Amino acid sequence: MRIGVFVCHCGSNIAATVDCPSVAQAAKLFPDVVFASDTMYACSEPGQDAIIQAIKEHRLDGVVVASCSPRMHEPTFRRALERAGLNRYMLEMANIREHVSWIGKNKELNTVKATELVRIAAAKLRLNTPLYANQFDVTKRVLVIGGGVAGIQAALDCADAGIQVIMVERDTSIGGKMAKLDKTFPTVDCSSCILGPKMVDVAQHPNITLYAASEVEEISGYVGNFDVKVRRRATYVNWDACTGCGLCMEKCPSKKSYDAFNEGVAPTAAIGISFPQAIPKKASINAEFCMKLQKGKCGVCAKICPTKCIDFEQQDTIVSEKVGAIVAATGYDLFDWTVYNQYGGGRYPDVVTSLQYERMMNASGPTAGHIKRPSDGKEPKRVVFIQCVGSRDKAVDRPYCSGFCCMYTAKQAVLTKDHIPDSDSYVFYMDIRSPGKGYDEFTRRAQEQYGVQYVRGRVSMIYPKGDVLVVRGADTLAGTQVEVEADLVVLAVGIESSKGAPHLAEKLRISYDHYGFFMEAHPKLKPVETNTAGVYLAGCCQGPKDIPTSVGQGSAAAAKVLTLFAKDKLESDPQISRVNQNRCVGCLKCTMTCPFGAVKDVKDRAGNTKAEVVETVCQGCGICTVTCPHGAIQLQHFTDNQILAEVNALCQPEMEF
Amino acid sequence: MSARNGVLSDTRELRVVGFLCNWCSYGGADTAGVARFEQPTDLRIIRVPCSGRIDPLFIMRALVSGADGVLVSGCHPRDCHYAEGNYYARRRLELLKQFLPITGIDPQRFEYTWVSASEGARWQEVVTKFTNRIHELGPAPRMQGGSGYDELCLKQIEEGVKQGPACPCHKERAL
Ligand code: SF4
Ligand code: SF4
Repeated sequence: MRIGVFVCHCGSNIAATVDCPSVAQAAKLFPDVVFASDTMYACSEPGQDAIIQAIKEHRLDGVVVASCSPRMHEPTFRRALERAGLNRYMLEMANIREHVSWIGKNKELNTVKATELVRIAAAKLRLNTPLYANQFDVTKRVLVIGGGVAGIQAALDCADAGIQVIMVERDTSIGGKMAKLDKTFPTVDCSSCILGPKMVDVAQHPNITLYAASEVEEISGYVGNFDVKVRRRATYVNWDACTGCGLCMEKCPSKKSYDAFNEGVAPTAAIGISFPQAIPKKASINAEFCMKLQKGKCGVCAKICPTKCIDFEQQDTIVSEKVGAIVAATGYDLFDWTVYNQYGGGRYPDVVTSLQYERMMNASGPTAGHIKRPSDGKEPKRVVFIQCVGSRDKAVDRPYCSGFCCMYTAKQAVLTKDHIPDSDSYVFYMDIRSPGKGYDEFTRRAQEQYGVQYVRGRVSMIYPKGDVLVVRGADTLAGTQVEVEADLVVLAVGIESSKGAPHLAEKLRISYDHYGFFMEAHPKLKPVETNTAGVYLAGCCQGPKDIPTSVGQGSAAAAKVLTLFAKDKLESDPQISRVNQNRCVGCLKCTMTCPFGAVKDVKDRAGNTKAEVVETVCQGCGICTVTCPHGAIQLQHFTDNQILAEVNALCQPEMEF
Repeated sequence: MSARNGVLSDTRELRVVGFLCNWCSYGGADTAGVARFEQPTDLRIIRVPCSGRIDPLFIMRALVSGADGVLVSGCHPRDCHYAEGNYYARRRLELLKQFLPITGIDPQRFEYTWVSASEGARWQEVVTKFTNRIHELGPAPRMQGGSGYDELCLKQIEEGVKQGPACPCHKERAL
């Protein structure tokens, strides 16, 4: 074999702490290496051209690139090899940036380490063989998990492009958090007026199948061919017959039910439609509060329902769907702020969350748009807003910034003035973060035009005094303590990943961070892709985002799906296991271990049992390879011999260069 | 470049080999790099698709041919990109760990752990701790030349690890 080695400087990223020319020089001594050089930016166009030229000039049949992580540029260099006429699997990479130059400062040690990593790569490459991809069909349907604004956007974009969309929403209506908002910043336009039509489009689009009150139960398969099982929760109402008249809601005697849509601002009936613009506009029963389901008595709704659609016997059902791609758009939930004892820990009724306040200001909310104190229903004249509640606070393990609270607090302060012109608003903040189009102008308007008083500092405690709440905090700009008597306190509660997000990530086989936010494939360059092919992200499930960014990401995810579906056939990854039938004794240990059921048993001509790998099902984990007592089933590109060659290159009794 | 024995004698590195799964731990090591979390430089990483791809044989081979320490890292339980590869890894590697003293190798020289792709800081900690541990143990006694191991014996050890008893905790599945 004729191997070429290319050691990348990555500008000064690598070259600052690794002596790249020396690494290249040393590589020339490795077996089969016939060419080695260092290069400024291997991934740049001239860098790739130089590799291609060297392949041709020196008749190379394998290439080692020592540069950044293969998780970053392996595809880039594989394409370069292909352009030079080599098989793309004749490439090995040595990660001398993330694993060497960026984590150690000692240039000598780094240079030795980089050289050894090249040595491992070259040793493995000597055993590489060309691999060829097969083609398989794509199911051109997409599953969108989550019907918030990001999911809606992704679904509509895909559906408009002619793709069948399956949308699964956990709540009884789509709309997500945006549907709960009264107005949006910085334009202060009505949230449901801009979201509502999109929700209706989802309901009416011939290409969208909507499963509300449903959850993803199980996902199997792989890009292009996922099998999804969806659990449709019992709503105790036959949705095919329900016309959404709302009669049941009026007549239900159990009026103390928790109103999740209105964030518990006021109770609601045990049966009903979560909000007037709900999609689908169907009633459902909250089993926890239904007297019939709990105690077996009542059944008023069943008697009065004009279409007789109440069904107390209804059970969950499971539906199966086949899709080729999945968009996860599961959004966020609010941080549980009651851990903050200094804010009353939930004991004071007049301390509310920003989302509750949003519902209180909304004309179709429980107070019909009149801001009233929960304690006595009076109109508050002095409202204090506290920012960063469960954001940027290590003490509660939420060190990240939730991103949009500064903006919605300004919006709510502005709206408070609109609702109650003789009111005063105070905002306690840490820093104002308003990087967005028209955002900073907006927070300034709140202060200058609406007279909202901004106090830079943390609130140390809230305590009741008569029928007001005293908010005590520091004014760090003035260097003084301040006390404000408030009729109502609104907490800008930070966000966290939606409940059950890690669980879904496990089903999707994608990574998630410490806080449950899903991991994108690359923080800069692949913000909507995940490391699992065919699974994309949109909205706050990946991290805090405001509405325009969520919508943008929804469209981006749709674009990725459409790109995937633009081809009629997908290429399978040839890095899968293969059975050497001569060595296989038919013990079928591999069949039993494979988590994907990819190994089936076949009979050879003499009637002996042999194992055989189903190409499209094998995921290339190599679990079977370790299991086989005869080394008969080998994961291509990671065979026993290849990995042992790497070990041998590294562990020799006398390592000398 | 005889840097290893000469100039650097006071900061002499030991031979630490890492086997990392591509999806979680290799990503975690990348994340640590991107965040510039400084680490001891001894470790050399071999990338495998899944911790379930790691044959205890590889670890034995490394340890008997000069590695002073071997570190394996995969996805956290339940997070495996291949659903259950890390469970296989855990059983195999735990068995290997129990088995090491029989071969005369200090089990302290081998460790397996779980690091996710987002846990750059955790990776830094794992590498630092493990490398320090190996430095405390010092260079591994060399197997060749009078340590009593011959090729045949070695082969048997490898075979033994490989065939190991079927694991009862995983239904009928083979180890
Ligand atoms: S484990 Fe090996 S020998 Fe047994 S059936 Fe599978 S490939 Fe054949
Ligand atoms: S590599 Fe082996 S165990 Fe893994 S999916 Fe393929 S056949 Fe199954």
